[in-house]
Amino acid sequence: MARLNSKEAETILYQRPESMEARPFHFCPGCGHGIVFRLVGEVIDELKIRERAICVASIGCSVNSYEYFKCDGLESAHGRAPAVATAIKRCHPDLVPFTYQGDGDLAAIGTAEIVHACARGENITTIFVNNAIYGMTGGQMAPTTLLDMYSTSTTAGRKSALAGYPIRVCEMLSTLEGTAYIARVTVNSPAAVRKAKQAIKLAFRTQLANLGMSLVEVLSPCPTNWRVEPVKAMDWLAEHMLPQYPLGEYKVIEAVAALKKEVGNA
Amino acid sequence: MVIDTERCKGCHLCIAFCPKEILRAADHINRMGYTPAEVEEKKTNECTGCGICAMMCPDIAITVHRLNKPK
Amino acid sequence: MSEKTLMAGNIAIAEGAILAHCQAYFGYPITPQNELLEHMSKRMPEEGRVFVQTESELAAINMVYGAAASGCRAMTTTSSPGFSLQQEGLSYMAGAEIPAVVVNVMRGGPGLGDIGGAQGDYFQAVKGGGHGDYHLITLAPSSVQEMMDFAMLAFELADKYRNPVILLPDGFLGQAIEPVVMRPPVTKLPEKPWAITGARGRPKNIINSFAMDPVDYQPHVALLRQKFQRIKQNEVRYEGINLDDAALVMVAYGSAFRSAMTAMQMARQAGLKVGIFRPITLFPFPVAPLSNLSQKVKSFLVVELSLGQLIEDVRLSLSAEAKVELVNQFGGVPISADEILEAIEKIMK
Repeated sequence: MARLNSKEAETILYQRPESMEARPFHFCPGCGHGIVFRLVGEVIDELKIRERAICVASIGCSVNSYEYFKCDGLESAHGRAPAVATAIKRCHPDLVPFTYQGDGDLAAIGTAEIVHACARGENITTIFVNNAIYGMTGGQMAPTTLLDMYSTSTTAGRKSALAGYPIRVCEMLSTLEGTAYIARVTVNSPAAVRKAKQAIKLAFRTQLANLGMSLVEVLSPCPTNWRVEPVKAMDWLAEHMLPQYPLGEYKVIEAVAALKKEVGNA
Repeated sequence: MVIDTERCKGCHLCIAFCPKEILRAADHINRMGYTPAEVEEKKTNECTGCGICAMMCPDIAITVHRLNKPK
Repeated sequence: MSEKTLMAGNIAIAEGAILAHCQAYFGYPITPQNELLEHMSKRMPEEGRVFVQTESELAAINMVYGAAASGCRAMTTTSSPGFSLQQEGLSYMAGAEIPAVVVNVMRGGPGLGDIGGAQGDYFQAVKGGGHGDYHLITLAPSSVQEMMDFAMLAFELADKYRNPVILLPDGFLGQAIEPVVMRPPVTKLPEKPWAITGARGRPKNIINSFAMDPVDYQPHVALLRQKFQRIKQNEVRYEGINLDDAALVMVAYGSAFRSAMTAMQMARQAGLKVGIFRPITLFPFPVAPLSNLSQKVKSFLVVELSLGQLIEDVRLSLSAEAKVELVNQFGGVPISADEILEAIEKIMK
């Protein structure tokens, strides 16, 4: 987004989105959350919904996400953000609640809430960050932890006999009729970041057009708990996460497809 | 482009993804103890303003400008 | 004489909530309060308000949290096992200072228990079944009329103190059918500038109950403590019957109070000077009134539908030399006036 900076004769091409606070992020170096937060901020700017957006935070590394957005926000109990957002949307259809959840919050304790929000076709948007690990609590196994992947609670690597199989959330939720737009994206390269932003924007536009539940799963690096330094973590993601979690749009109802063509969803 | 070296956490993603490879790790650490990224002196004018560094930065530590050529 | 309508307790709560301008109801089916949910599923859409039958009591309490955080009067109703699932949500609401009404139509427990009326959730409601230091104003209706009136009062107190309020009837009262005077609907609702309504023309609002550093959170809990002190000072409610000449005073609430009333009348006819002290707010518990009463009355009989929970708070309130006995039923079984009369006679003879 280019904006002429009146003071000096220069154009600012990239800067902090207006709807984001100046507050530095608390995330670890190279954490994908920082990128995803910014993408959400950019989309809120571009869709001009800061004054209607409600950041429904969850519990995990993104626990105080409402501190970083200049919109109203509230914290939900672990796993319950979709229920909180459901109530807010039902009571105030003009507001734009979005839940920002990690894989522990959404795919472990909060599975019932996300499944039923989708089944009811709630007009809310969920940003689901999948880094296949419990970050905030120090690197334990998550429902999305890959087979044979190390975590502090699968120190010999995740074995299905003991700890079951990783959950493919997009595939699971896209079978529910209430869902209008479900996509899985990642942030491990510039091209991927651009696509991720497009998906997030389309998800918000799905809500704005009252078309039903929208969810974007973002595969995201967690260098600290993957024990891989940031740049290599992006490759690790490509090598290990993508095969288990194929990228793509898993649910695009007709009306959302029409939205996509409308303005090219730039 | 400008890197806020006090906000940078030294993840060096920008260095890795800059297509023009004009970024490198600084030789000092910032207030938080990280080694920030910086533009190599002799390559400052090679920046095309593509913004990839800002796109990949997990800390919004990079602002990209384009100097308007005087008319 | 304003006209009366015959109504079940559960329905009276639903209509009371609607009269109190409850804008959002979230519930999950559980006996003995299913009729309440069914009634709301019809009436709330009729009033153009929000109704969601949820996937669990967990979702219900968190939806109440969301609706109330966005400034709406919100309610969920459940029964004992469901109420247990809602304790975390209640702690969050107390911590984030969210006004809401939660109704627990108590049934026999513990465990799956049964569907008879009981009072075994007294501790959970009054002492706080969730984590951390908090209290919930807890109202104990003992008639279908009070089910309606206290539902309305609950919303008023919740907004007044920005704190969840518990309505604590039991299954017998929920199913009981009695005549009810319909109250006028509430039209004026308090302003909620703190609510999450979209940061339009004002700085953003944040609702949470969290701080990474304990040093930041403790002052918040200290503020909650002040609130609970204010509630204790201003909101104690109770009823005293035949206390002036009473030699023995029964203490009871809910449907146990109804049985105790019959027993008192029988005792009085037999010339026994018996009175009743009925706590209406279980929190704030009427400590001072009971303590004053025990300066003159030295013999108390607590009537409960549990193994004895209210009796502990009664003992804490009374002077040292006061004698306190318990007559009770439990596990979902009601208590008869005869059983109580027998206990009275044993004490007074």
